[in-house]
Amino acid sequence: MSEEKLFCSTGGCTAKLGAGILDRVLSRLPRGDKDPNLLIGFDSKDDAAVYKLTDDLAFVQTLDFFPPMVEDPYTFGQIAATNALSDIYAMGGEVKTALNIVCFPETMDLNILGEIMRGGSEKVIEAGGTLAGGHSIMDASVKYGLSVTGIVNPKKILANNGIKCGDALILTKPLGVGIICTANRVNEASKEAMDKAVKSMTTLNKYAADVIREYDVHGCTDVTGFGFLGHLREMLDGKYSAVIHSDNVPRFDEALSYADEFLLTAAGQRNRNFAEGKVKFNGVPFAMEELLFDPQTSGGLLIGIEKDKADELLAKLNKVCPSAAIVGEVIEKKDFEVEVIK
Amino acid sequence: MIKVNAIGDACPIPVVKTKDAIKSLNGAAGVVETSVDNEIAVQNLTKMANQKGYAVKSEKISDKEYKVTMTIGEGATADDIKEECLVTDTGRKKRRVVVISKDHMGEGAEDLGKTLLKGFIYAVSQQDELPTTILFYNSGASVTCEGSVSIEDLKSMEAQGVEILTCGTCLNFYGLTEKLAVGGVTNMYDIVERMSNADLIIKP
Repeated sequence: MSEEKLFCSTGGCTAKLGAGILDRVLSRLPRGDKDPNLLIGFDSKDDAAVYKLTDDLAFVQTLDFFPPMVEDPYTFGQIAATNALSDIYAMGGEVKTALNIVCFPETMDLNILGEIMRGGSEKVIEAGGTLAGGHSIMDASVKYGLSVTGIVNPKKILANNGIKCGDALILTKPLGVGIICTANRVNEASKEAMDKAVKSMTTLNKYAADVIREYDVHGCTDVTGFGFLGHLREMLDGKYSAVIHSDNVPRFDEALSYADEFLLTAAGQRNRNFAEGKVKFNGVPFAMEELLFDPQTSGGLLIGIEKDKADELLAKLNKVCPSAAIVGEVIEKKDFEVEVIK
Repeated sequence: MIKVNAIGDACPIPVVKTKDAIKSLNGAAGVVETSVDNEIAVQNLTKMANQKGYAVKSEKISDKEYKVTMTIGEGATADDIKEECLVTDTGRKKRRVVVISKDHMGEGAEDLGKTLLKGFIYAVSQQDELPTTILFYNSGASVTCEGSVSIEDLKSMEAQGVEILTCGTCLNFYGLTEKLAVGGVTNMYDIVERMSNADLIIKP
């Protein structure tokens, strides 16, 4: 089965529509009457929707799918599912059910689809959820993902905009998987780099989330298509600024050398354009700038927590995600949103 | 000059093809002209040229064709890394200034001209790259005032960081000063400065 290969164009989260375009469309949508039980919806830039059923029970709903970013169908299925499940964890929730979303060419070998769905299904089981159905349509190219439903206690939701001034920021996975997959597509990535990236993209954020749940975390989001800086800016929500110490940001070193070879995505440049004038770089090498804009498929969690508690949380996180690190801090609002220093 | 055709290629292929062309110069000076079909590819190529210290210029031939021309000095190889700059300004968006100098677009029936201008402003608001600034003067000043059909589009652009500026003298002349509904007021010095600093001026 490992002989089966997928055609990769611009897969994973690099296929996401730019935040700039999306903002314009979303801001024009008609809104119905506000439902007070919808705790988190469109209005916030959060990872998933949260709907309150009772005072201590809400459901979390999310959906994610994309084209392949790796050639092996089974691996692609695992990555797509890990990525889709991640939004539930970013909200502090627990995975319950998942539905497959499939686009597949009629003429393609069905065994490939079987492998994709096997990869996805395994991850849903690892997450403690149940695959409950799905929907498949014919399409010119392969796309796969999941709609996931989880539960959360409404008092324990990890919204992405609850951070406070002085909070330390922790990132749980290394940056650079987008650039590595891009280099791989033009056969310029080493096998070691690609293996590391795949391992990272198939690691559920569940394990980090289980640790975080024990702490009074102020904000949490998963870093995906809009890149580290894009998701950080959503977290700051225009209310605060942040200083990032780029030397402390976990990254794949290979991604830095591929960035120096300009193996860059269009989505990364769109992320850069969207951040124009909002992010100040000071003494940061070009390649590191690119990593901070790099769209991450199934990226790590970005967490804001009170400074005094950060070291303790990090020590516990490091047992399940060894790369996790404190990458910066939240400061009061300045004329820039983010300053990145060495 | 080496011509590279990267039309229809997704990033990073245009960069990969261009690097191969530069390598084929074998250290000699030369010019490489890359054709691409989208602006993001232009920006990624420009970023590379800036990092490597190649002179670079780009032009838009049509909606689906852009040309990026790099001039490579003698002794340069695609593996050179330019010294890291302290504060980088790579990949800067072009400063585009849209100038609306009257309340209709084109010559002919004025009703048609007004409909066209409304369509023009809407189309501007739907572009991938929004302009930096939109300037309004003479009868164009009425477009930013109460009763204009373009207020929503302009507000949406303003919310996304586009500067909307209307000539104060013009508002005053037409008695519209109290009716301004979107953006700020500007003066002739500011208008001249913004137009002089623009990379591109778009005038319907």
